Amino acid sequence: MSQPFPFSAIVGQEAMKQAMVLTAIDPGIGGVLVFGDRGTGKSTAVRALAALLPEITAVEGCPVNSARPEDVPAWAGTGLRKLVQRPTPVIDLPLGATEDRVVGALDIERALTRGEKAFEPGLLARANRGYLYIDEVNLLEDHIVDLLLDVAQSGENVVEREGLSIRHPARFVLVGSGNPEEGELRPQLLDRFGLSVEVRSPRDVETRVEVMRRRDAYENDTAAFMKKWRAKDSALRKAILAARAALGGLKTPNTVLHDCASLCIALGSDGLRGELTLLRAARAQAAYEGAATVSRSHLKTVATSTLSHRLRRDPLDEAGSGARVARILAETLP
Amino acid sequence: MSQPLSPWARVQTALAVLAVDPAGLKGLWLRARASDLRARVTAALPPARRLHPSIDDASLFGGVDLAATLAAGHLIRSKGLLADPTPLLLTMAERSPAGLSARLALWLDTQGPCLIALDEGADPDEGLPAALADRLGLFLDLSDLAWSDTEGLSFDAGEIAAARARLAAVRLPDKALESLTKVAFAMGIPSLRAPRLAIRAARALAAWRGEDVASDDTLRHAAELVLAHRGDLPAEAPEAEPEQAPPPPPPEGEAGEDSPPEPQEDRLPEDVLLEAIRAALPADLLAQLAAGKAARSAKGSGTGAARKGNHRGRPLPPLAGTPGAGKRIDLVATLRAAAPWQPLRRREAGSARLEIRKSDLRIKRYQQSSDRVLIFAVDASGSSAFARLAEAKGAVELLLAQAYARRDHVALIAFRGQSAELILPPTRSLVQTKRRLAGLPGGGGTPLAAGLRMAFDLAQQARARGMTPTVALLTDGRGNIALDGRADRAQAEADSLQIARALRLQGLPALVIDIANRPQPALRQMALVLDAPYLPLPRADAQRLSGVLQAALGG
Repeated sequence: MSQPFPFSAIVGQEAMKQAMVLTAIDPGIGGVLVFGDRGTGKSTAVRALAALLPEITAVEGCPVNSARPEDVPAWAGTGLRKLVQRPTPVIDLPLGATEDRVVGALDIERALTRGEKAFEPGLLARANRGYLYIDEVNLLEDHIVDLLLDVAQSGENVVEREGLSIRHPARFVLVGSGNPEEGELRPQLLDRFGLSVEVRSPRDVETRVEVMRRRDAYENDTAAFMKKWRAKDSALRKAILAARAALGGLKTPNTVLHDCASLCIALGSDGLRGELTLLRAARAQAAYEGAATVSRSHLKTVATSTLSHRLRRDPLDEAGSGARVARILAETLP
Repeated sequence: MSQPLSPWARVQTALAVLAVDPAGLKGLWLRARASDLRARVTAALPPARRLHPSIDDASLFGGVDLAATLAAGHLIRSKGLLADPTPLLLTMAERSPAGLSARLALWLDTQGPCLIALDEGADPDEGLPAALADRLGLFLDLSDLAWSDTEGLSFDAGEIAAARARLAAVRLPDKALESLTKVAFAMGIPSLRAPRLAIRAARALAAWRGEDVASDDTLRHAAELVLAHRGDLPAEAPEAEPEQAPPPPPPEGEAGEDSPPEPQEDRLPEDVLLEAIRAALPADLLAQLAAGKAARSAKGSGTGAARKGNHRGRPLPPLAGTPGAGKRIDLVATLRAAAPWQPLRRREAGSARLEIRKSDLRIKRYQQSSDRVLIFAVDASGSSAFARLAEAKGAVELLLAQAYARRDHVALIAFRGQSAELILPPTRSLVQTKRRLAGLPGGGGTPLAAGLRMAFDLAQQARARGMTPTVALLTDGRGNIALDGRADRAQAEADSLQIARALRLQGLPALVIDIANRPQPALRQMALVLDAPYLPLPRADAQRLSGVLQAALGG
């Protein structure tokens, strides 16, 4: 498939789309976790996002997509100067990928032919300044999860193996998807995702039929379909760029900080990452809406997706943590 | 109304559809044991490259061709199977590990045309991994077909080409899109891939049959081929009351529909379509597929099932050996081993290139601790009663809540009345546990032997998947129901001890937790036979139970 399905043409799934747009505005929010049934458009949305995102400026030939020539790591070679526009990288991390492929390894070709010790960058290098997408993230092997945790935390990939000692920046937005019925995610990894959303198969027939209609139109005449949705996609792209620009000048009143803290205390979420992410997401939301100051309503809009996965798990709670957040949100911030 | 396709016509139609639009249908799930009949069917499939479940990344994505590299003295890469957009044929697909399924699913989503999965699953819990089952359009089951019912299968390349040429021009009737979507919904298929694939199948079939606009029969047959095996059909056979088999009204669907679906001149009423699909596959097969689906999701392979020593995990020092058969070469160690000999060998061979001998080859080794599965065999008989059961349930949930930090899976067997029941297959999913534990029954006799027997079987299965099972037996006394269901105390005791011995012979670790008010000598005896710790724990509560278990298992 050369052209992915347009992002704006995805029917429904507003929470998922909102979360992805927020991370596009502020990558510092730190990733989206999408949990839900099969065939609900999770993969489609991620691939659509790749096409939607604004291009980045990067040094041509740089394996870690450096923005400036002086940032190109030494091992990548010298003389890379030319700047080019390239699409924001969205890299797939397939289940069962080896450590070599993820962090990078000794370049075998150069080792064999020239007897040189050289580094062959892995997926983490390619995902720098972009997105790293893990489908079925809950089935990922533990040792890969450990690697990711470490890198996602530090923003730097350190390779100390096979006689190599290499480090390179690896800042990326982690997007994970999976089905909770097939296994839980470790809380340490859950915590690294800024936002989490739950997607469901649409429950009413009309929505489902609409999905089929658009999909059918897309498959039958891709060009016409893309043309139809191009305007909406580019409007969204412009909105993202505008929001990014507005983010710096946004005012955050003290009351909002208080709201953040009291909400997190009421929910009993572990650590302070909840508050920080909540604030960042609310700022991104405010910027996206074009507001000059962050308000309580922005906070409320993003509260469920930022906090629902940070609660202590209560095995006796049947309703799920989303409902708990909504209830306490209504109590704490009327 | 036309008849549903006969089993053989189903096969023929499915193959034709796949030949016309392989990329649209994404593939075929062929459930059959190896046989002449299967060979007859696979021979008519589009030419495909074969792969097997234990294929490694190098063969999939390409890698270093070691033999050629050593011979040539410079690097020669082999091309991976996934590099070309050719159809693939996955043999023994029921054994496909989660990692491979995910990679193939990704390949199907992005570039691959189609995958044919040969599923030889015999047990209900064997089947195609869900990631693939959801994506492959067509399903065929050959088990009910006799050789005499079939005939040679071949497709004329010219006809296929002509059908492909017609494909783009085929139109579907106005209501078709809606009908297929609604039917899939009424069948309880959550995935939206299903109706999409059905639509593609309808187009391909119409093109094959030379129709400009897909006919009702075509739509019905396409729905049969794509949707029939996916639904969660009710357990009772739909044939029993064919009169009243209307689709369960979709929740809120009535409100959402602006035009009431009167049977006016509706081209294809959904319930007719639904009925046709229901009749398409035998009910017992559907039940089996549903069971497989449940078992597969229950399996919750966690961080991956069967684990071999030389694939992944923490690296161990490399070992001399020959790569192949699942062993991967450690290039750095190989080069290191070869390095000191280079001047000598070069002089000997009179060459200037790197001289590597077979004795230099080193293979990679990894160490990986396998997942542990805790099998609770809980006495749910009248004497143990509900309170104990509730505590056991609580302990399971508590353990599971901590399980993701360690690598534990939990399973629960309850025995009462005449037999044992698997309440919770090995899982790490809290969501699933809560649902399954909610309706746990209690009361009746104490079929201790049956409970142990099931625990034994489950432990063996878990072991086959590469996990490390531990059996925790919670009971308050001796069994009084024999394996064959008779209330014969002596026989019951003999049966239990026999199985306990079998457990011990298999080296399966166990724990006996005595929850009677006074410690029972019979259980102490049982623990001795099992070579298991014996823990008298009168009036156990969930907290203490999980604490004791953790201590006994060494955290």
